[in-house]
Amino acid sequence: MTLTTPALKAENLYKAFGRRSSDIVDKLKAGSTRAELSSLGTAAVIDASFDVQPGEIFVVMGLSGSGKSTLIRMLNGLLEATSGSVTIGDSPITGVPKAKLRDVRRQKVSMVFQHFALLPHRSVVDNIAYGLEIQGMSKAERTKRARDMVTTVGLDGWADSLPGELSGGMQQRVGLARALAADTDVLLMDEAFSALDPLIRREMQEQLIELQQKLGKTIVFITHDLNEAMFLGDRIAVMRDGRIVQIGTPEEILTDPANDYVAQFVQDVDRARVLTASSVMEHAKAVIPLSAGPRAALRIMRDLQTSAVFVTRRDRTLAGVVRDRDVLRQVKSNQNDLEAILRHEATVVPTDAHLVDLVEPSVGSDLPIAVVGDDGRLLGVIPRVTLLAALGNMSTSTGDIPVQLPPTTLTLEVIAETLRESTTEGAVR
Amino acid sequence: MTDFRLDLGTWVAGFISYVTDTFGGGFDVVRAIFLAAYDVVDLLLASPPFWVVIVVAAVLGYLARGWKFALGTVVGLFVIVSVDQWENAMDTLALVLVASVLAIVVSIPLGIWAATSSVASRIIRPILDFMQTMPAFVYLIPALILFRVGVVPGIVATVIFALAPGVRLTELGIRGVDKEIVEAGHAFGASRWRILRQIQLPLARPTIMAGVNQVIMLSLSMVVIAGMVGAGGLGAQVVASLNRIDVALGFEAGLSVVILAIFLDRLTGALGDGDTVLGRMLGARAARHRATAASAPATPERLEEPAPERADPALV
Repeated sequence: MTLTTPALKAENLYKAFGRRSSDIVDKLKAGSTRAELSSLGTAAVIDASFDVQPGEIFVVMGLSGSGKSTLIRMLNGLLEATSGSVTIGDSPITGVPKAKLRDVRRQKVSMVFQHFALLPHRSVVDNIAYGLEIQGMSKAERTKRARDMVTTVGLDGWADSLPGELSGGMQQRVGLARALAADTDVLLMDEAFSALDPLIRREMQEQLIELQQKLGKTIVFITHDLNEAMFLGDRIAVMRDGRIVQIGTPEEILTDPANDYVAQFVQDVDRARVLTASSVMEHAKAVIPLSAGPRAALRIMRDLQTSAVFVTRRDRTLAGVVRDRDVLRQVKSNQNDLEAILRHEATVVPTDAHLVDLVEPSVGSDLPIAVVGDDGRLLGVIPRVTLLAALGNMSTSTGDIPVQLPPTTLTLEVIAETLRESTTEGAVR
Repeated sequence: MTDFRLDLGTWVAGFISYVTDTFGGGFDVVRAIFLAAYDVVDLLLASPPFWVVIVVAAVLGYLARGWKFALGTVVGLFVIVSVDQWENAMDTLALVLVASVLAIVVSIPLGIWAATSSVASRIIRPILDFMQTMPAFVYLIPALILFRVGVVPGIVATVIFALAPGVRLTELGIRGVDKEIVEAGHAFGASRWRILRQIQLPLARPTIMAGVNQVIMLSLSMVVIAGMVGAGGLGAQVVASLNRIDVALGFEAGLSVVILAIFLDRLTGALGDGDTVLGRMLGARAARHRATAASAPATPERLEEPAPERADPALV
């Protein structure tokens, strides 16, 4: 991706459980499948390689048994990789002595657990200070830092409570605060929000993104929830049976799944919240430059059998829409300035608008939604049928769905007649 | 068939006599140490007037479980005094305390070892099975040979007999600690020792304390048997009453054992329980937080309810 050193780098990671785990890995490398080796042991992670850039939220998604928990535990050495290497920043995790590994864990990488994993006999603030305590910080300083962190995660007033007195969401905030307090570059989150209620989960996801933007941590997030992956992830790695089957941005995974498995997996996702206008928009055909005049507009309407066309200025920025009746009137009265009949009733959205926000304007208007770039140029349109198709999980990439513009309100004869009349008039003159 | 005889017993006997011949001096040292420990504890318990000991026991009982238990303790111990078994009871108590402390000191580290290494667990488990199921009397025989008649063979046999639940429950407790919390310790870079001290032992405390309780109860039951090898105390009274078919003495001595047993059981049972004063003294850290948390102003809804007063059947 970029040229900076990745915050975390995994190369050809393998993890097999069983008596002869290295044999299993050797056979996997030689081309055996996971099922063939099931008698020898379990191949939990097979040939996983990826880089995580500083400040990125990298989501590993897969169903239970896909090896994602094993994978994340290899990233901080809780499980030793059978083969392959992991590097955090510039410190290798694999093949280092235990003391060195403990050092890396203290300084470089912390973790948030699915079931919080708080020390039940310690207060919230002491739990948060746990990582700092292990780093060897003095009691006064670590308590002060932990109290600041209590405020950061919004647990004011609970600092001296025991974890058992807190609700699940609050406990996970303590878990998150403990990991953040350790002030490591990399944060590993193992199904961190899976044990929470859906409402709390959404709240925590939003808070995580907020904190991440503020603190700029690199996060590796494990989840089995595709919506969560799509919401949080800058990039997503989809795992299946121990292998990473696709790595990409949420949109890439949705619109261009690498195989049937991913396609099937993503079919249930709340596409409206993931897909953006740019990924579903179509090439705008009913467009004319402002300078082209009403006759050209009318001709396009006739050819495309539509009642409205988009009008662009010389620099391709969107000027507005003209409707057939107005154009007809202009042609009849021999005027040439489309500017005069320009309407601004089309919904204009930026390329990164989520589909969920487009549904209402689309229903409320018979015009397609116009998608414009940052510079105001018309990049494409989203007719209602395209929007519905995208939300309904039909293919949006093939482009074989016809662009439906609002149908003509005038009969073809009228248009043809008008055009003929105006040209003859023009010729007479 | 009949002319085949596996001389297992002879071999063990030979082994024991070999051990006696070779390490006799070492066993004398051990004997002296155990005897000294017993004498000190016995002196503490038997030399003050009986009411001092009763008051101390009642205070402990109050701290552990409340006034009902304290009252029961006073009544029970007074029964022992009134059937004229006080000194024997104190001898027995001293024996139990010394043996229990020794058994706990040995069994908890063994249990920790078994919990951290599955190889150790696999080795230790059958040995514990053997120790627990071998009839208790059998231990007395080599103990007698090695340590001569008196209190010490009683202590040694008791320690061996009482060891097993301490090891087992310590292992169980530590293995039962939430794996994720231990993982959290590792993930933040804690050393094995720190994880043991700050995570595994505190979280396993209720189970370990149940083990301690069992060790003490088994010690008490074994101490009576130890009366047969001259360990004195209530055990000697029971053995004497058996020899003389003396129902009266047997009942009085037996009842004293029961009273001691109930007292020790209830007292140590409260140790694993964080809701009592004594239990809290052991888990002082948690208690301190609880106290500060309770006094903190901004605590709208406290999920934890005050510990209900335990209805104690007391002592009958």
